[in-house]
Amino acid sequence: MKLSGTVHKYGDNVDTDVIIPARYLNTFDPTELARHCLEDLDPSFAGKVKPGDIILAGANFGCGSSREHAPLALKSSGVGCVVARSFARIFFRNAINIGLPILECPTTSSLAESGDRLEIELETGSIVNPTTGASGQAAPYTGFILELIQAGGLIARLRRDAAPAK
Amino acid sequence: MSMTMTQKILAAHTGRESVGPGEIIHAVCDLVLGNDITAPPAIAEFRKIGTARVFDRNKIALVMDHFTPAKDIKSAEQCKTVRDFAREQKIVHFYEGGGGGVEHVILPEKGLVGAGDLVIGADSHTCTYGALGAFSTGVGSTDMAAGMASGRCWFKVPEALRFELEEKLPPDVGGKDVILSVIGRIGVEGASYKSMEFGGPGLSSLTMDDRLTMANMAVEAGAKNGIFEVDDKTREYLRESGSKSRTEYRADRDAVYAETFRIDLSSLKPVVAMPSSPANVRPADEVGQVPIDQVVIGSCTNGRISDFRTAARILKGRKAAPGVRLLILPGSDLVYAQALKEGLLATFLLAGAVIGPPTCGPCLGGHMGVLAKGEKAVATTNRNFVGRMGHPESSVYLAGPAVAAASAVLGRIAAPAALSER
Repeated sequence: MKLSGTVHKYGDNVDTDVIIPARYLNTFDPTELARHCLEDLDPSFAGKVKPGDIILAGANFGCGSSREHAPLALKSSGVGCVVARSFARIFFRNAINIGLPILECPTTSSLAESGDRLEIELETGSIVNPTTGASGQAAPYTGFILELIQAGGLIARLRRDAAPAK
Repeated sequence: MSMTMTQKILAAHTGRESVGPGEIIHAVCDLVLGNDITAPPAIAEFRKIGTARVFDRNKIALVMDHFTPAKDIKSAEQCKTVRDFAREQKIVHFYEGGGGGVEHVILPEKGLVGAGDLVIGADSHTCTYGALGAFSTGVGSTDMAAGMASGRCWFKVPEALRFELEEKLPPDVGGKDVILSVIGRIGVEGASYKSMEFGGPGLSSLTMDDRLTMANMAVEAGAKNGIFEVDDKTREYLRESGSKSRTEYRADRDAVYAETFRIDLSSLKPVVAMPSSPANVRPADEVGQVPIDQVVIGSCTNGRISDFRTAARILKGRKAAPGVRLLILPGSDLVYAQALKEGLLATFLLAGAVIGPPTCGPCLGGHMGVLAKGEKAVATTNRNFVGRMGHPESSVYLAGPAVAAASAVLGRIAAPAALSER
């Protein structure tokens, strides 16, 4: 699957409290969560994000709380993919489980700046900045994780397994 | 193949002789936990799976503790969703209000977790139960839904960091100071995707409350789980809590660790994690003059009886400084009752404290102690991220109960020793 979008670039340790502050967790309505996505880090984000945009970040993206509201807020904001140097483990599994594409790439800082476009090939992990020619390589998904992604997330996979054989 | 303590528990719950780091396994869960924030989306996902009943109504715990007593209509609706689900599914362990408390305080207390168990919880601090010799880890709502339906969860088998504890803690230094010092040393990513395994000759000197505090914050170093070797103190705790699980796992003598750290407990000092990272740790007597507006003592990290005993010892006969709001939140009804019985609550009231019900409220800026712009708080909680306790321009300094109580009295961040220097 090929993705292409405008970059919103952030630093290391973007925690789930800034992705979606707890004061908005009295609901899990995706539209409502999207309205406040990244509010405490970048108050302008919700107003400027377009469908297919790409978050480019440093190490330990999504650290902190287990709130699935965080990947959900990003996904329903229209974010097409999060590329980070590394992900905190609960955010990683939450994103995979709900079908938000994420890629771990060691060279995120030199790939692009906010406002640049990035082109991503999810299957191979190839990331290209067509303007500067910069490129990066994320480890492609394999095995069970790939199976989960292809099934459309954990619940879709369970439904498929629970369905009576035809 | 040699295994760590965590790997042994994972292997046992997968019906395997052994498992190795990096492997994906599907393990059986002894307990699946959710709260009033994470359970509602989990219930919605559970409905989509198409399974009518949960896998085992005895092995699910639903604890209403984050925005409770309900802070607004939407929070009340979320609790109602969970309450109705608990009724429909005849869930045995549903807690709200009286008889309950903060999830990670009450589950060990009520004997719902024991040594050798495998627990998943839709709350990142589920790692707390590692103090009891269990494998327990935080997951999301979708994992919780899948766990409630199937009784299983997928894991990537972690490698481990070994923490060899030596000597004994000095006075006024507790489990919070140990774990903050460790996080300060290894960083917020220092244990990413790994287990933190604690043991060694110094272990026996740590109380169960110290260990629960330490395991609780393993996630702040990025760890999958924190886990403690089982000893006589663990056995006594499990006997008293009435836990049925008593399977003791020990790492193999030749288990391989990614790294081993020696922690000399006697060298540790009361510390503070400065904003806005739990790894931004400094000795409490080296932070300079930092005036504060609020002190919170409680939470799943430090809301147990020994935490309040420590705070009361320092607050006895003293008062919170003018302009400092001192909030005391016992972690459970049992902790509350015990603190009442021991006269601790009277000490707090005489010190000018407000005593609240057991709730997570202030820790995550939910309710009961939200900070205004520019305000500073010392809290015995676990996170000090931007906006964690309220306004994005407020700040949180993490500390143990001794530093928190001393800071309340002096109106600035202070080590307990500063009280006698006045």
